[in-house]
Amino acid sequence: MKMASDAITGAALSGRATLNIGGLSCRLGSRQVLRGVDCGPMHTGDVIAIVGPNGAGKSTLLRCVAGFLSCQADTLSMGSTDLRPLKPANRARLLRYLPQAAPGPLQLTVEECLMVALHAQRVGVRAPREVRLMHVATQLGISDWLDRPVDDLSGGQKQLVWLAQALLHQPQLLLLDEPLAALDPNHQHHVMRLLRHLAHEQGLLVLVVLHDLNIAARYTDQILVLRDGEVIAQGPAAQALTPAVLAHAFRVRARVEACAMGTPLIIIDEPLET
Amino acid sequence: MTSRVGSPPPGAARTAARVRLLGACTVVILCLLITDIASGAAPIAVADIWAVVSGAADFSDPEYFIVWELRLPQALMAISAGAALGLAGAEMQTVLDNPLASPFTLGVSSAAALGAALSLLLGIQIPGLPQHYATAANAFVFALLCSFMLDLAAKRLQMAQQGIVLLGIALVFGFNALLALLQLLSDAAALQSLLYWMMGSLGGSRWPDVAALSAVLAVTLTASMQQAWPLTALRFGDERAGTMGVDTRRVRRYALLRVSLLAALSVALIGVVGFIGLIAPHIARRLVGQDHRWYLPTSACVGALILLGASVAAKHLSAHVEIPVGIVTTLVGIPFFILILARRRRS
Repeated sequence: MKMASDAITGAALSGRATLNIGGLSCRLGSRQVLRGVDCGPMHTGDVIAIVGPNGAGKSTLLRCVAGFLSCQADTLSMGSTDLRPLKPANRARLLRYLPQAAPGPLQLTVEECLMVALHAQRVGVRAPREVRLMHVATQLGISDWLDRPVDDLSGGQKQLVWLAQALLHQPQLLLLDEPLAALDPNHQHHVMRLLRHLAHEQGLLVLVVLHDLNIAARYTDQILVLRDGEVIAQGPAAQALTPAVLAHAFRVRARVEACAMGTPLIIIDEPLET
Repeated sequence: MTSRVGSPPPGAARTAARVRLLGACTVVILCLLITDIASGAAPIAVADIWAVVSGAADFSDPEYFIVWELRLPQALMAISAGAALGLAGAEMQTVLDNPLASPFTLGVSSAAALGAALSLLLGIQIPGLPQHYATAANAFVFALLCSFMLDLAAKRLQMAQQGIVLLGIALVFGFNALLALLQLLSDAAALQSLLYWMMGSLGGSRWPDVAALSAVLAVTLTASMQQAWPLTALRFGDERAGTMGVDTRRVRRYALLRVSLLAALSVALIGVVGFIGLIAPHIARRLVGQDHRWYLPTSACVGALILLGASVAAKHLSAHVEIPVGIVTTLVGIPFFILILARRRRS
């Protein structure tokens, strides 16, 4: 146990680690959801968007990496650590996953939500717990709400609390399933800027499922396009989101134009006939 | 709220308020304890109670026998059984993620009662145990089976909250039907004791019963408190708790084991007392929220308070006939139950 935690901390300190996913297949009931997903190396410090039509397997891919679904894979590792045999506590040291579904009424204050995340497993944090809690709360701009009931917060504010929960133990890998759903534009951009900042500052690899292609293009370092359980394109926005890929993945006629700020702007003209 | 430097940490005021609340709860329980011992067919003055408890009374006094051998163990039984049911209900509502869960509403208590009755009336039990333990062991085995059946339905079959409640009702009816069948098969004397016990009564409680339940309560409460953080994490849902490093299946399994133990032992000792395990967690949640470090002990305290209060009420309703305390808790509990259902619909 001690050895395992040392090995993981050691990897975290030795610079950039890489998430490798190769030949990952997953079957849910009778349906083959993922058919041998192969991804290029994904490095810590980057934000990577996963996009694709409904049912392409985006959430399933995240849940396989997070360890909530059993899957077959040639490779599924973070740095030198194979993710598959990890116990929940060891996995939690390495990665955090935020599902799309929001929890029901919690009757907890924001501070209690953060304390649960700190104490739920017996994993040490380097700074004293209170210090770490205040640091993360300040970093995410939620330190003034610590005494408020979390149920009273807006959707956007809650999303920041869930992010803070995930960041308390300084994971290397953050898996977010549609964190922008139900957020207004202000909060959408706030959260994406925050993720970029955290990834670059803390050497965090963020894998985020997004529906808004323009937000993906603007804020992420790489985009992974999934269709029918396979990766059909991966790379920076300009390479991954071409009219041809968009037509193949989403069955839409689309244009990619450079906007005045220089980022590619995806304009969808019409759905294509199936 | 401009600066936090020098001000106490944000949770300190909340913690102090909760400590005061638990303190106030304890004081009320003590007052009820004295009232309960003082009241009954033969009222006893507080001074006489003190004389008995402090050892100043003569062993040959009738007061000594009434207070020390009858009323004190019964009152303490009300406290420990109430606390056991409050704690069991709180844990059950958390692990089944269902605000209508409790040993009584979902059939765990009925299962325990059936197990105990099988042992008492037909002698179907684990061989080799003394009768008293065999009854409790039977109750435990049946309660455990029922708990895990509910867990299986919730998790494996992915049954929704409403489905679990309906399944629970079906289980209650099923176990009660089997109990009724046992009554038909048993003789009049056994039937009398069975009926009394099925309604939930503190009348038969003696010191060894109190000691057994208190010991089990102390052990399970300690174990629950050690799991307070993982249990709180379960409120966020299995995947969020899992990503926090909680082994959700393990936490759930041990919680249901504790629930079955508490429900079975309280049923074996005082019978089926309804609604405490359902209502106490709701009151506790309103008072302290769902941080389980506070929620679990508060629910236990509220449970103790309700059962002791029901015992006092039962004594004051009729001085001559001893009303089983389970009848009082059920009659008081039903309006509460309807209130909970009504609040759920609105939200």
